[in-house]
Amino acid sequence: MSALSPDAAPVAAPALDVAAIRRDFPILHQQINGKPLVYLDSAASSQRPRAVIDTISRYYEHDHANIHRGVHTLSQRATDAYEGARDTVRRFINARDTKEIVFVRGTTEAINLVAQSYARPSLTAGDEILISALEHHANIVPWQLVCEQTGATLKVIPITTAGEVDFGAFERLIGPRTKLLALAHVSNALGTVVPVQRFIAVAKAHGVPVLLDGAQAIAHDAVDVQALDCDFYCFSSHKMLGPTGVGVLYGRQRLLEAMPPWQGGGDMILTVSFEKTTFNQLPWKFEAGTPHIAGVIGLGAAIDYLQQIGMQAIAAYEQELLLYATAQLSRIPGLRLIGTAAHKAAVISFALEGIHPHDIGTILDTEGVAIRTGHHCAMPVMDFFQVPATARASMAFYNTFEDVDRLVAALQHTRAVLG
Amino acid sequence: MDLKDLYRDVIVDHNRHPRNFGKLDPADAHAEGNNPLCGDRLTVYVALDGDRIRETKFEGSGCAISVASASMLTEAVKGKSKAEVRALFDDIHALLTEHEANIDPARLGKLAALSGVREFPARVKCASLCWHTLNAALERAAEPVTTE
Repeated sequence: MSALSPDAAPVAAPALDVAAIRRDFPILHQQINGKPLVYLDSAASSQRPRAVIDTISRYYEHDHANIHRGVHTLSQRATDAYEGARDTVRRFINARDTKEIVFVRGTTEAINLVAQSYARPSLTAGDEILISALEHHANIVPWQLVCEQTGATLKVIPITTAGEVDFGAFERLIGPRTKLLALAHVSNALGTVVPVQRFIAVAKAHGVPVLLDGAQAIAHDAVDVQALDCDFYCFSSHKMLGPTGVGVLYGRQRLLEAMPPWQGGGDMILTVSFEKTTFNQLPWKFEAGTPHIAGVIGLGAAIDYLQQIGMQAIAAYEQELLLYATAQLSRIPGLRLIGTAAHKAAVISFALEGIHPHDIGTILDTEGVAIRTGHHCAMPVMDFFQVPATARASMAFYNTFEDVDRLVAALQHTRAVLG
Repeated sequence: MDLKDLYRDVIVDHNRHPRNFGKLDPADAHAEGNNPLCGDRLTVYVALDGDRIRETKFEGSGCAISVASASMLTEAVKGKSKAEVRALFDDIHALLTEHEANIDPARLGKLAALSGVREFPARVKCASLCWHTLNAALERAAEPVTTE
């Protein structure tokens, strides 16, 4: 059931002790509008286990100083913890070297870094960047900016009515002009798991580098950047139990070395004079200024927590939740699922006939059920399905089957309120 | 926070059966309102008789609050002068945003049903979109308006 790993052997995943897991997440144990919270918005941002919150507190209480600077003990401790987290990230996604792990503010900044530092210097008029029609705005707008700056053209691979990226159309669109393929690994609006290895194989045959937007994939199954053979992989800490304001750009070392820095400042230099500045080595060349040290250390703790539970166990359990939720929601009269790909992450976008998603969101909130409503930063996807917005329930391994039942009951209540 | 304060019967009714729904042709003025984050989009048309609104209609799609608010608006402003519409706009604005609003409910009629919206701050923009759009139509604004 390992949907995201290209060559995952079928391994029997141990069942999760969800009750014990839920005890690790303090925020889940509260009443919202007089009802126990049901949190179904993890695709927007996940919640944090106690271990992550405690790691950040402990860091600020005992170990904080600036990194890569002082000779004093605290600076050394902070540097060790920060660089230790980099190695934790490297092992988590199986990168070859910590030089390939650049800390940024989030997925959005990672994609912008590649757009400005990789694509902008190398593209010219007539070149093409290829994306798909199910991308998040963060994997559309940075490329539009680069196209304006270079004269290159943005080409879009269409999607099918199930919400899958049209592979045949992709094979027709890629060609000698294509200089980069940028794809979501998992769609945030629809939950589609894109079979990226098939796309990467074709791109490699054309000599086209590939960037994957892994924001929605990283917390839901094992990701192995070497097995995927992608050139860039971008993800955010806050969608994988870590703090907000931190993310990761994985880049193939050969490409990162050839790229110019994209921000200048402290930490990214070796020597500075007014005549000449020499830049630091990877990965610090791309980390100008004091980074979010506590955030990076918290991300390391989040990865430790995820690995302790096991990514395969998480993937298997979330697929069970998805199956159950899809079956239960499908029984609600007038409910239309938006996005019915064969392989999905535990994300369900839907519309209720005659009821606007915004009303659904408000009524569910009064029942203690938190979902996302709106265009999910994917307006082209909404246009494709001809809806102004959808309601989206997104699940994580700390959700339960009872959470799904509460969602279904709250939707029936919504129908009753709005007649 | 009581849901029944927000979705009062009159609001549910106007959402299910919006009044004066459709295009007004010919119209003296029209304007578009668009709240892209919610997905609320509507067009308000007005036909004038001198300074007075002779007729007004709207079309578009949105949540129950935005549709019901627009439907009630079309009933409320018919026959009113521009100055009277401005005064009503100020009353509605106060009703939606001020807890201590001192407004005579008799002056508002059905529109008083919108008072529950102020308990749901995220929804004020839905209720006010049609009113800003009507203003834009009366001022013959070229750009679509938004309340987001």
